[in-house]
Amino acid sequence: MIQWVTPEGKLTKQGLKHWSKFSNDEKREWLRWMILARQFDRRAILLQRQGRIGTYAPLEGQEAAQIGSSMALHPEDWVFPSYREHGVALKVGMPISQVFLYWMGRVEGCKPPEGVRLMPPTVPIATQIPQAVGAAWASKLRKETFVSVAYFGDGATSEGDFHEGLNFAGVFKLPVIFFCQNNGYAISVPFNRQSASETIAERAKAYQIPGVLVDGNDVFAVRGVMEEAIARARKGDGPTLIEAVTYRKGSHTTADDATRYRPSDEVKEWIEERDPVERWRACLLHEGLISLEEVESWTHHCDEQVDLGIKEAESSTPALATHLFEYVYHEVSRKLMRQKTECETREIPWLN
Amino acid sequence: MAVMSYIEAVTLAMREEMQRDSQVFVLGEDVGVRGGVFRATDGLYSEFGEDRVLDTPLTESAIAGVAIGAAAYGKRPIAEMQFADFIMPAINQIISEAAKIRYRSNNKWSCPMVVRAPYGGGIHGALYHSQSVEKIFTGVPGLKIVTPSTPYDVKGLLKSAIRDDDPVLFFEHKRCYRLIKGEVPADDYTIPIGKADVKREGTDVTVITYGMMVHFALQAAEQLEKDGISVHVLDLRTLVPLDKEAILEAVAKTGKVLVVHEDNLTGGFGGEVSAIIAEEAFFELDAPVRRLAGPDVPAMPYSPTLEKEFILNPDKIAKAIRELAEF
Repeated sequence: MIQWVTPEGKLTKQGLKHWSKFSNDEKREWLRWMILARQFDRRAILLQRQGRIGTYAPLEGQEAAQIGSSMALHPEDWVFPSYREHGVALKVGMPISQVFLYWMGRVEGCKPPEGVRLMPPTVPIATQIPQAVGAAWASKLRKETFVSVAYFGDGATSEGDFHEGLNFAGVFKLPVIFFCQNNGYAISVPFNRQSASETIAERAKAYQIPGVLVDGNDVFAVRGVMEEAIARARKGDGPTLIEAVTYRKGSHTTADDATRYRPSDEVKEWIEERDPVERWRACLLHEGLISLEEVESWTHHCDEQVDLGIKEAESSTPALATHLFEYVYHEVSRKLMRQKTECETREIPWLN
Repeated sequence: MAVMSYIEAVTLAMREEMQRDSQVFVLGEDVGVRGGVFRATDGLYSEFGEDRVLDTPLTESAIAGVAIGAAAYGKRPIAEMQFADFIMPAINQIISEAAKIRYRSNNKWSCPMVVRAPYGGGIHGALYHSQSVEKIFTGVPGLKIVTPSTPYDVKGLLKSAIRDDDPVLFFEHKRCYRLIKGEVPADDYTIPIGKADVKREGTDVTVITYGMMVHFALQAAEQLEKDGISVHVLDLRTLVPLDKEAILEAVAKTGKVLVVHEDNLTGGFGGEVSAIIAEEAFFELDAPVRRLAGPDVPAMPYSPTLEKEFILNPDKIAKAIRELAEF
């Protein structure tokens, strides 16, 4: 497993070798974005408990995998996320308020600003994988150099679409990155029940594409391997499967209780000894790139941004009930027009 | 005006659209070098090259999924399912994804793709090369479903489907492929999706149907004409969106309606058509609405005797029309 920073925040030999590849400013940015993702996530859980947003899928513990990978993307690369990638969404340009709107059940939360190539979070599991391959195929047909990234979890690798997507991309050598965050559990089912192969990365061999096993809580290593995978894709050398080994510190969603199925000593170890944000903070402190005061002020600033995002989301005009009928097709059919009118006039819907 | 077969009209429509718009491309199993197992993509590979007529692995879910991703990026994919029977692995992509992308992204993304699939039986295709699958999709908002019956309609509707900004399932009745021939204009015409077509005017009984059954109904009408029964035949052409006004008009012509499809009776699209008539044209009716459809067995068998028993034909349709006429 590729690791450039130890859980204690020390650079490994490989880490030392790659240290100068990235500017100090960028290294500081990684921490700032990870703090933002974490502060966003913690507030979202609180908002759910207060009934201000709906059921929410927490990401805490996966900040390094999400920020490290998305920092390597070009603004015109395509992102096909799953439902836990809020860190990725924020980094590629989704405003905080809109990510909150998504969890309030507002479609505005699925509509990124102009120019942001972020698809709505995918819920049916693994369906985004062949779609990312399709965007990569379009990129190849258009003779462009943009890549496409599919984000998914360990559970998705048991679905047929994982195989179909990787096989297709392998055959046509398409510019797509398959980024798996293996957080150990698909809701309650542990990875050893998900897969007989010890790693997901090793399955890449069967598709004749590179498979990379990386410490997903090491933002530096994730950033590095993602950079290499993207460079290969842009050069026309085809796809890469990256398995970022990480851990979901909380439950699957706010409707789940992970204490019912995970051993407490395992959870304790990941929380207390392998936290991705602590690791990178310790490394930057050790390398003299930040001060504790700066971290404190960043955290404070991130909290303010999150506050602002909540305010914006909560002050947005309430959804119109008739929005139910919008955007089923590019034009409104006569049938939907009638159903919409019935909704507006509150008449008994006798006619279809 | 050139006379051509139903399948030649399929190929012609694709060729013309690929010439017109460089974003259009075809993907599927055996569509390239082989020109398709039915030869629907015949000649396209040599004319447009392997990148626009893509032979894929045997991977229906990815064929649909890749088409969705490419469509998001502005391409206009035509995904071929070799047989409608094999669309099953792609259903998650079509129903969960293609049908909902515009809706769940608040119009930010769309899915302008066509999924072509040969369906239906009567060609000794056995259980897994004969199914009608339209009822799986007709209740899924976000999809459009086209089921043409003639070469003229094929060309005009397939062109519309390719130009449409939403996902269209284009079901081609495989028995029509070489059996049905007709005149097809050389010009670049389209037929709007969602418009039914009166294929025969009549005054005694109305038959509402689509696909191969249109031809059986027309043959039945010929037979009955000799006995003085005048049959009105409405070809739906498009199941979603449905041309309700044309249905109501056709009901009013005769007051007696037979709805026909090869798909199974229960849950088949005839139920929807009958419900609309019952709700909105009840007072036009002189007899109960009747449905004639495939029996509720899992598939069309391979045994010629059983296949014949399953499938409708002009005689069965004529008998049902006669019963209604005498009601």
